[in-house]
Amino acid sequence: MKNVLFLIFKRLGASLITIFVISVIIFIGVELLPGDVAESVLGQSATTETVAAFRKELKLDLPPVIRYGAWLKDFIQGDFGTSLANGRPVSELITWRLANTLFLASTTAVIAIPLAIFLGMLAAFYRNTFFDKLISTTTLSFISFPEFFIAYILIFIFAVKLNIFPSLAIIDDNMNFTSKIYAILLPSLTLTCVVTAHMMRQTRAAIINVLASAYIEMAEIKGITRLRIIMHHAFPNSLSPVINVVAVNLAYLIVGVVIVEVVFVYPGLGQLLVDSVSKRDLPVVQASGLIFSIAYIFLNLSADILSMLSNPKLRQSQI
Amino acid sequence: MTDLSFLTQLYHQNKITRRQFITGVSAMGLAAAISPALLSGTAQASVPKKGGRFKMGITGGSTTDSMDPGTLTSNMNQNLNWQIRNNLVEIDHHFKPIPELAESWDSSPDAKVWKFNLRKGVEFHNGKTMTAEDVIFTINHHRGEKSTSGAKPYLSSIVNIKADGKYGVIFELSGGSADFPFLLGDYHLGICPAGTQGQEFEKGIGTGGYVLEAWEPGVRAFAKRNPNYWKQGKALFDEVETLSIVDTNARTNALKTGQIHYMDRVELKTVHLMKRMPGINVTATTGTAHYTIPMLVDQTPYNDNNVRMALKHAVNREELLKQVLRGYGELGNDHPIAPVNQFYAKDLEQRRHDPDKAKFYMKKAGMQDHVFNLHAADAAFAGAVDAAILIKEQAKKAGININVVREPDDGYWSNVWMKKEWCMCYWGGRPTEDMMFSVAYAADASWNDTHWKNDRFNRLLIDARAELDSEKRKKMYFEMQEICKNDGGTIVPMYNQLVEASSDKLEHGPISGHMAMDGMRTAERWWFKS
Repeated sequence: MKNVLFLIFKRLGASLITIFVISVIIFIGVELLPGDVAESVLGQSATTETVAAFRKELKLDLPPVIRYGAWLKDFIQGDFGTSLANGRPVSELITWRLANTLFLASTTAVIAIPLAIFLGMLAAFYRNTFFDKLISTTTLSFISFPEFFIAYILIFIFAVKLNIFPSLAIIDDNMNFTSKIYAILLPSLTLTCVVTAHMMRQTRAAIINVLASAYIEMAEIKGITRLRIIMHHAFPNSLSPVINVVAVNLAYLIVGVVIVEVVFVYPGLGQLLVDSVSKRDLPVVQASGLIFSIAYIFLNLSADILSMLSNPKLRQSQI
Repeated sequence: MTDLSFLTQLYHQNKITRRQFITGVSAMGLAAAISPALLSGTAQASVPKKGGRFKMGITGGSTTDSMDPGTLTSNMNQNLNWQIRNNLVEIDHHFKPIPELAESWDSSPDAKVWKFNLRKGVEFHNGKTMTAEDVIFTINHHRGEKSTSGAKPYLSSIVNIKADGKYGVIFELSGGSADFPFLLGDYHLGICPAGTQGQEFEKGIGTGGYVLEAWEPGVRAFAKRNPNYWKQGKALFDEVETLSIVDTNARTNALKTGQIHYMDRVELKTVHLMKRMPGINVTATTGTAHYTIPMLVDQTPYNDNNVRMALKHAVNREELLKQVLRGYGELGNDHPIAPVNQFYAKDLEQRRHDPDKAKFYMKKAGMQDHVFNLHAADAAFAGAVDAAILIKEQAKKAGININVVREPDDGYWSNVWMKKEWCMCYWGGRPTEDMMFSVAYAADASWNDTHWKNDRFNRLLIDARAELDSEKRKKMYFEMQEICKNDGGTIVPMYNQLVEASSDKLEHGPISGHMAMDGMRTAERWWFKS
């Protein structure tokens, strides 16, 4: 256990540096984009005078280094600042959207991860049969279509034709848990289609890989059934790569679902990030960008820890 | 009664005046039959009825939107603005200013000093009584050096505002302006209580028909009927839910499945399919909105009017109207005054696609071999890139080479428009000739997007503004449209109709083309059928 704790400690230290570097990159990135918040908010109605007044009010006329310094100072003190475009506190804009994003991501994960692993095991069990090929073809087709296409197909079937699910995934605080799940089932299914193939193929490949090793042959010679071999011997030993691919897909569910958010009109962090980048609303871009980086860092760290714990060899060794 | 309904129709289409209408009806011996409902502009089959929860799906909303009246830049917050606020003056569906928070108004003979008499006993949602103080505060929010308002440039003619008692406001202008009341009907100028600052605007305190209950920019707004509303027979829904639905397919599906009752910006490519759907009505309204293709006339070769004339003749407007707008629009004549405007020059000859003339002018300019860069992005208007490519092909017939430069949507208005020598652009139009010309065609206008300076035109603009005799004004505006057409720096290929769709459970009066969504006042003017 000692080296696991050491790993966590070391990784957390590195994460802080990573987050700092990312904030600098985001700042420079937004600065490099042509135009600023004054011009973007006023759009066609911008005039030189109005833009100048706007910049002065938001202190955009100060040099970039000073503005970054001021942001960093507030950020370290836990103050995310206020949106430049509409003056709302960034924390207020982000909290409930982050909750929405996590809700959609976890609902999808609860459906997709068991489904993908189960299908992967089945595919490995019946490998090279018609059934194996059917699973692969279906899931790979889903991943090959753009997300919005799958979304529109699902809306067409379940909302327009059958009228059993809503086409807009609108949730609010007054709804109970079941009706929230009902409202977001279509976007969840869309995302499930998108992430399943990747995890399923990895599970299948990892199990097949392990099935080639000598101890599996030994088990077969001992006369253990194939199902039991896969469940008890092959799968636990192939967990490590599966955990890693699951982590990557979970991170995708948090940071990469903006298209699904737009199609189903689901207010999550993705739309907020896109809108604030297009308006050059730096404090909001920083905050959402950093949340996304933290999601990636945290999930990668968890994946590493879990793979270590799942593998006795890694558990014992000194890294 | 056929004749009466014919007269009523003419009146509503603005083809006869109120006086002519009454004379006509009297001649039919029907004077006694004139009911106020005929003239009110909301003559309808069924009696407006209160109740219901009205749900709209609107495009353009962004999480960065605010309810500061100075920066109402999307359809979503402009619509919400008129759910919760009123102006001094309302622009009706005839493009006429009618009293709203101002009961009446009057000007000095030179149209330089205007007095507005405010309605008494109107209360804001927070219980405060609306007085001159609030009006002056609101207008000043958009003026002055520190103002960040989009309305700032066109309020620059106001020299001074002062209260005349509790219920009178006097505006002093730097020059005469016969159309000044129209200006106060602008969507930026909804009256807010004095002292409102920054985040307080987000609470949406106004005098409007609905009280704002919840507002999350780029997501949703929710408002309930103002039980205290001073207007009779308006704002009839119990509740109004406004959803930001940026994706056209999502809006269409939501309307089809009954999750919303109303959507704006119908996809023109599929509107014929939508029209066939049961339970859905599609409305197309002609307004002042139009597409433009401005050239910077202080840059070569656009400084030569022959080049401008050549390009104006090289464009096939009929084809653009058919392909880009699927027929939902009207032909433009290279000036920004729309057929619905009061002084539209009907008799001005329609410019047509004429490759020979285009060739002739281009030869005269000696620019046959020039390659013209046309900058385009769909940020200008939906289909702008397609339109640019069509124009490139059309110009080939006159031997003119156009190179379409694709620009990013992001930052289009700050980096391309008014910066690049020739680009695609969009104007919502203005209810009056003076406002439209002053805002984008006058030599010193902040948004003069062609840098065009025509002395005769600019002199006429100032003279016509102060002229109260409408016959004389008509002549002046006709001449200005002609100058614009034959010398101006912009091509105006077409006026686009506002195409919207709604559930057939809804009922409405004549739809205004002043702005999208019935002049942005669907929630106030529409109701559910009984």
